[in-house]
Amino acid sequence: MRLLNLAAVWLGSLAIVAPVYAGTMSSSHEQPISGYHFLTPQTRALQDDAFANPGYLWVAAGAEDYEKKQGTGSCMSCHGENGLVGVATRFPRFDEKAQTLLNLEGRINVCRTEHQKLPALAYESQELLALSSFVAEQSRGMRTQVSVTGGAQPWFRAGEDYFFQRRGQLNLACQQCHDQSWGKMLRGDRLSQGQPNAFPAYRLEWQTLGSLHRRLQNCETGVRAEPQALGSQAYLGLELYLVWRAQGLALESPGVRR
Amino acid sequence: MKTIFWVVLTLIGVAAQAGARPELQIIGDAIVVPLTERTASAEMGERIFVSRESGHCVLCHQVAGLDAPFQGDIGPQLSDVGDRLSPAQLRLRIVDSSILNAQTIMPPYYRRQNLHRVASQYEGETVLTALQIEHLVAYLSQRRSDTP
Ligand code: HEC
Ligand code: HEC
Repeated sequence: MRLLNLAAVWLGSLAIVAPVYAGTMSSSHEQPISGYHFLTPQTRALQDDAFANPGYLWVAAGAEDYEKKQGTGSCMSCHGENGLVGVATRFPRFDEKAQTLLNLEGRINVCRTEHQKLPALAYESQELLALSSFVAEQSRGMRTQVSVTGGAQPWFRAGEDYFFQRRGQLNLACQQCHDQSWGKMLRGDRLSQGQPNAFPAYRLEWQTLGSLHRRLQNCETGVRAEPQALGSQAYLGLELYLVWRAQGLALESPGVRR
Repeated sequence: MKTIFWVVLTLIGVAAQAGARPELQIIGDAIVVPLTERTASAEMGERIFVSRESGHCVLCHQVAGLDAPFQGDIGPQLSDVGDRLSPAQLRLRIVDSSILNAQTIMPPYYRRQNLHRVASQYEGETVLTALQIEHLVAYLSQRRSDTP
């Protein structure tokens, strides 16, 4: 882990290489481009190599948790060995029984409390990150596809509004950076479209793996806005909007980002 | 005919810093009267322009010859902005560009109202002080094509 961290610091300090897409502006959901294309070749290589990609440490820990008997039984006792392949492509999702929108983290916690009779895991806890990155990895390379109708619709609308709402002392909306300005330089960062498909992802800046909601908090703090809580309704709606906007992009979790 | 109109910029409310004026008068696309009577310094302005802790304008703008790696390109280059804008015009654009362009990406550096979910440690504060803005105006008005 020590060595990995050193490698991460070194990679993080490299200048950002101009991607092919700079300057081609369009409404990004019409042509979603993964944040992967805005990374240096070194960071891309790190993501692509399952042995070097630090995110796989969490995937491996999640695979262990998945098989371990906990509470009334292991996750595997219900879902089988490959039972969750493709599942991550359909989240966030409106849950009729719970009458709420659940993302992958939320769904895992419903399984824990309802089926395993265990307490829910805290958002951003190592255990929840391990399980969610394990489940997400089962859909790596598959395309996202979410429903935004029915019960999901009000969540989707709220998420869309969130994306366009200016916020913080710097008075900026997600849309202004990630729709209007992607491809341009914000100091040393080439702005991407702010796509969610890499998460949970290992961020070199964090030196650890983190959830999409943690990444959203970072963007909000950047504009000096009061961030929402991890797992909050506001971020769940926003996540649904982002995943809908990324429709058709392949899942990359565990991604590596700077 | 040139229309001149006066708007009391109530957005800004009562400025808290010592020496700052309680209200700003906008004439056309400019704020003629400095925000403070204290003396501005172009040298200080350059530091504010670059510094991550204060203005950090290089996030979005470039100035040729400036000692700052990785200058952003979301806003226009400002290397010779003194040729195209007067100090009074510069002042308005830094105070609140949205007065001219409601859709602007440029943050309002001297506004404390009509903002949404400002983090508690910045609540009720402007991004920059009146004096910091005057330093920036002094610095940028010296950026001209005929100066090295
Ligand atoms: C001032 C500009 C700015 C604003 C406003 C902003 N972001 Fe970001 N965002 C960035 C930067 C810089 C990065 C890191 C580089 C990149 O991927 O663009 C980033 C990264 C992201 C990522 C990770 C993309 C990836 O592939 O790793 C997501 C998701 C994201 N932003 C979503 C949002 C959302 C949602 C909002 C609004 C709540 C928002 N951003 C507001 C600047 C901004
Ligand atoms: C997040 C991006 C961003 C940041 C940060 C930013 N600006 Fe701007 N700025 C812009 C954009 C975009 C414009 C173009 C005008 C518009 O959109 O209304 C602009 C325009 C300007 C103009 C007018 C230039 C012209 O030729 O008309 C000046 C002067 C200016 N900015 C100064 C500053 C200063 C000083 C700072 C820091 C205190 C700063 N800007 C920070 C984005 C930014």
